[in-house]
Amino acid sequence: MFQILNEEGEIVNKDALPDLSDEELQELMRRMVYTRIWDQRAISLNRQGRLGFYAPVAGQEASMLGSQFALEKEDWILPGYRDVPQIVWHGLPLYQAFLYSRGHFHGGQFPEEVNALMPQIIIGAQIVQTAGVALGLKRKGKDSVAITYTGDGGASQGDFYEGMNFAGAYSAPAIFVVQNNQFAISVPVEEQSAAKTIAQKAVAAGINGVQVDGMDVLAVYAATKEARENAVNGDGPTLLETMCYRYGPHTMAGDDPTRYRTSDLDDEWEKKDPLVRFRKYLESKDLWSEEKENEVVDQAKDDIKAAIKKTDDTPKQKVSDLIEIMFEKLPVNLQQQLEEYREKESK
Amino acid sequence: MAQMTMIQAITDAMRTELKNDENVLVFGEDVGQNGGVFRATDGLQEEFGEERVFDTPLAESGISGLAIGLGLTGFRPVMEIQFFGFVFETMDGVAGQMARMRYRSGGHYHSPITVRSPFGGGVKTPELHADNLEGLMAQAPGLKVVIPSTPYDAKGLLLASIRDNDPVIFLEHMKLYRSFREEVPEEEYTIEIGKADIKREGKDLTIVTYGAMVHTSLKAAEELAEEGIEAEVIDLRTVSPLDMDTVVESVKKTNRAIVVQEAQKQAGVGASVVADINDNAILHLEAPVLRVTAPDTVYPFAAAEDVWLPDHTDVVERAKTVINF
Repeated sequence: MFQILNEEGEIVNKDALPDLSDEELQELMRRMVYTRIWDQRAISLNRQGRLGFYAPVAGQEASMLGSQFALEKEDWILPGYRDVPQIVWHGLPLYQAFLYSRGHFHGGQFPEEVNALMPQIIIGAQIVQTAGVALGLKRKGKDSVAITYTGDGGASQGDFYEGMNFAGAYSAPAIFVVQNNQFAISVPVEEQSAAKTIAQKAVAAGINGVQVDGMDVLAVYAATKEARENAVNGDGPTLLETMCYRYGPHTMAGDDPTRYRTSDLDDEWEKKDPLVRFRKYLESKDLWSEEKENEVVDQAKDDIKAAIKKTDDTPKQKVSDLIEIMFEKLPVNLQQQLEEYREKESK
Repeated sequence: MAQMTMIQAITDAMRTELKNDENVLVFGEDVGQNGGVFRATDGLQEEFGEERVFDTPLAESGISGLAIGLGLTGFRPVMEIQFFGFVFETMDGVAGQMARMRYRSGGHYHSPITVRSPFGGGVKTPELHADNLEGLMAQAPGLKVVIPSTPYDAKGLLLASIRDNDPVIFLEHMKLYRSFREEVPEEEYTIEIGKADIKREGKDLTIVTYGAMVHTSLKAAEELAEEGIEAEVIDLRTVSPLDMDTVVESVKKTNRAIVVQEAQKQAGVGASVVADINDNAILHLEAPVLRVTAPDTVYPFAAAEDVWLPDHTDVVERAKTVINF
């Protein structure tokens, strides 16, 4: 398993240390702290009924943000349902992520400059689509990549293999990230496959496979950066398995992890926490302090408050709006139904 | 004008659009050097190169995922599903993903994809090759489902499908591929998706149909004419959305209708036409609208196909029931 920072925040793989400036290192930390706060707030807002569908991310910050940080703005992200932080840090306004969560269609109307898809609900569908986006980028002569995310459960889907195989066959610039957070809802990874690692599944598709410490933000960053370089240089796609853990439930829709996880296991993984170890590393370089951390926490809380306000202020969604966006040009049947709903909504 | 079979007209449409628009890509299993198992893409790879017309690995879900991704990056994919029974392998890609792209993104993204596939019975294929699954497709909001019955229609409808910014399922009846030739203009032309065509005018009875059953119905109409019954034959050409204006107008004139489909009775399109006639023209009817369909079994083994498929005598018989009601 590829690692750069150990649990004590010490460099254990000096040769692999990525070339990041002090500001970039601080930015990585800032994003992880911010996302942890956002996750806590989102869970609380969900419990108050002020957000809709939400899949907690705490424990996966290094995996999510380290990999996104290695991308260029033009790169495409095809996220799974949990991978909202990556698309927000790629440019999706936070209030739109909240609208998506509430089931409002403006949450999917991404700004023009944000090359990303809406979070995918069908496990694995994003993986075959990534092969297509990556081939499209290659055929258009772009120096950019398509990256996609799924969990360890997603690695059992047929689409996981089809997507890797297609991208491999076309040498398309794709990066497949499997965030092995140890459970597919309740089923542990050991029960999902007899394969020793998920990374080794790359062998069947003839592409590179790397297992990374997903709680080590520097390792995830470095591995993704290298995968990106290989992809744009025509050396084919990479499968990254990031070993991580989700501290919370699968989603906020009734999952209770105490039914299938022991607190010992939670404690064991919390010792590997990505924020703790990176904080220690940055503090040893005098790049982080309690004061800096508090600033980020306050900023995150303020931003979330403002985003929720903007979410609340967004005009209510109408069925007639939804009828209008079904097709580029409305067919006759929908034209009639549009009139019916406009009338109903005018009452 | 050239005399073309339906498959030649289909190839001609793809060639025309590959020439017109460099973003058009044709891909699927065996469509490259082999030119497709029915030769629909014959010669296209040679003419346009491997970047524009290419083989895929053998995996339908991968093919439609590829189409969706290519569509997002500015291409106009024309993907082939080798036989339409294989669409089950990618129902998510077709009905769950490309059909919903525009809706999910509030109109920001779209899927300008044409899914071409041979389908339909009467040519003694193995299982899951001939199935009439258009009802399944027509039930998925976000898809248009086009089924041409003549070479002329096939070219115009395929050009319109490739130019459409929403996903179109373009189903090519295998029995019609080489069954006859007709005049097809060499220049480009489009036929509007969602518009039915009156293939024969009549005043006594409306026969609503599509695909290979258009020809079965025309044959039945000739027989009926010998007995003094003038049937109007409407070719839907698109089964989603349905052109009910044309159908209802005809029913108002003839006051009687039957719906003829090759698919099983439970398979949707015919039932939808009957329901819409009820909604819009029930007071014009002199008799209930009856259906001619296949029975509600799985598509039969080859040796039973000829009996299982509706034929023109079934259409004549059902038409007389309605006339004599």
